[in-house]
Amino acid sequence: MSSVPRFWRNIGVRYNLEGTRCKECEEYFYPPRNVCVNCRRMGELEPYKFKGTGEIVSYTLIHTAAKGFEDQAPYTLAIIKLDEGPCLTSQVIGDIDKIQIGTRVKSVFRKLGEDGERGMIYYGTKFVPLDP
Amino acid sequence: MPGIKARSDWPENGVDIMRDVAIIGVKNTKFGELWECSLRDIVVEAGIGAIQDSSVSGKDIDALYIGNMSGGRFIDQEHIGALIADYSGLSRNLHVPATRVEAACASGGLALRQAIMSVASGYSDIVVAAGAEKMTDVGSDEASSALAAAADREWEGMAGATFPGLYAMIARLHMHRYGTTSEQLAEVAVKNHRNGCLNPIAQYKHAITVDDVLNSIMVADPLHIFDCSPITDGASALVLAPAEIARKYSDTPIYIKAIAQASDTIALHDRRDITTLDASVVAAKRAYSMAKLAPEDIDLVEVHDCFTIAEICAIEDLGFAEKGKGGVVTENGETAIGGRIPVNTSGGLKACGHPVGATGIKQAVEIVTQLRGDAGKRQVEGAEYGMTHNVGGSGATAVIHILSRER
Repeated sequence: MSSVPRFWRNIGVRYNLEGTRCKECEEYFYPPRNVCVNCRRMGELEPYKFKGTGEIVSYTLIHTAAKGFEDQAPYTLAIIKLDEGPCLTSQVIGDIDKIQIGTRVKSVFRKLGEDGERGMIYYGTKFVPLDP
Repeated sequence: MPGIKARSDWPENGVDIMRDVAIIGVKNTKFGELWECSLRDIVVEAGIGAIQDSSVSGKDIDALYIGNMSGGRFIDQEHIGALIADYSGLSRNLHVPATRVEAACASGGLALRQAIMSVASGYSDIVVAAGAEKMTDVGSDEASSALAAAADREWEGMAGATFPGLYAMIARLHMHRYGTTSEQLAEVAVKNHRNGCLNPIAQYKHAITVDDVLNSIMVADPLHIFDCSPITDGASALVLAPAEIARKYSDTPIYIKAIAQASDTIALHDRRDITTLDASVVAAKRAYSMAKLAPEDIDLVEVHDCFTIAEICAIEDLGFAEKGKGGVVTENGETAIGGRIPVNTSGGLKACGHPVGATGIKQAVEIVTQLRGDAGKRQVEGAEYGMTHNVGGSGATAVIHILSRER
């Protein structure tokens, strides 16, 4: 899936949904950005940990898997709008019959994949539908 | 559009001091699985063909631009500009500068844009713009992985996203919001295969039906395999000259009326609205402004139909259909040859094939062929203005050109 340092350097972001918020325009960013897209050099970004709740903007059931995800196919991939505003791409697991555009979801800590039997195991965030 | 500056004066400021540019020669290789050909073989075939078509000679060429997305992944070769200049006979004696241009699937369109700017600025006179991709020297898994690098690897790819998956999410929301149907998506593929049957270089020259599309395997729901463009080897090239001397080299020069490019976020999820490619909307606006034309003036368009939903979004974003009506317009036959605005007469990426670095150049070759009146059975009668629309990734780059029969 990835080299060890490439994954490791973003562990906080991937495990804990850590992003940034611009103090100037109050927009939230996930993943974190070093430059605010609205204020650019006039912005001031601070770390922010997202609550992990949001709703599904759109979704698909992937049959032909991405490299490294073959064992998981078919899997549901979605664009999720977090309650603070930014959107991200993630798998949605659990009761997939509940998945619709607009379904409320929350983040959960899960294994994402592994590099074979002796390679690294990747963990991070997936989402599950919230009970109504 | 909220948040987007209307920079309608942006291209015109520069245009006043730039030279008009014409296309004086074109050539596509056959598109398909070309097992017997290497990357250098197909680019040289296209380049020599375009040069012969224009009657310039190698000594006249001031510069070469080549669009190539991923030589590194597909054939383990970088430094593509130098390679192609060498095997085109432009290096050892002539030392012609060669530049490789990369913007994922928009590499070809962007190479053409760089080439046009080089001539327009007065820095060069005769310039070759080529595009090529050799995709079948790796397996389809490796090819898909290379293509996925056009998206955000860390924040889309590492979540399990594939390109069909990203466009499937565009399709899902388009269907939900506007009532677009799987049948309407399928009609895009059916039309483009019908056009491909009329194009001698097309990868697929067989007709398909809506049922064929709907019964083909699901790749990423709601997109079937027949909603997706294929993996293709191919190369295209064209030769540019300043408009004032174009007739010295060609009886039928075709003139550049607009070049426009725009960027958007690399990740689909960061867009203002995933059913609209804002980069296409803004590039189109800049192009119409530069050419002083409107959508209704355009006689035919080659759009970036990497997936069927992409063509539906494109005709909306370029102003050929009201937002949300792209499916209906397609179903009504308005985008077919003989319809209101013929779209992808070449067969598009879907049926002509999609050698990613070549596609943007191939689109321009098709428009030139049409405007010259040389398109045979797929000819759009009396075409005066044609447009090309080339997209990188899921819409992070859009490049648009408007070409004209008259200067």
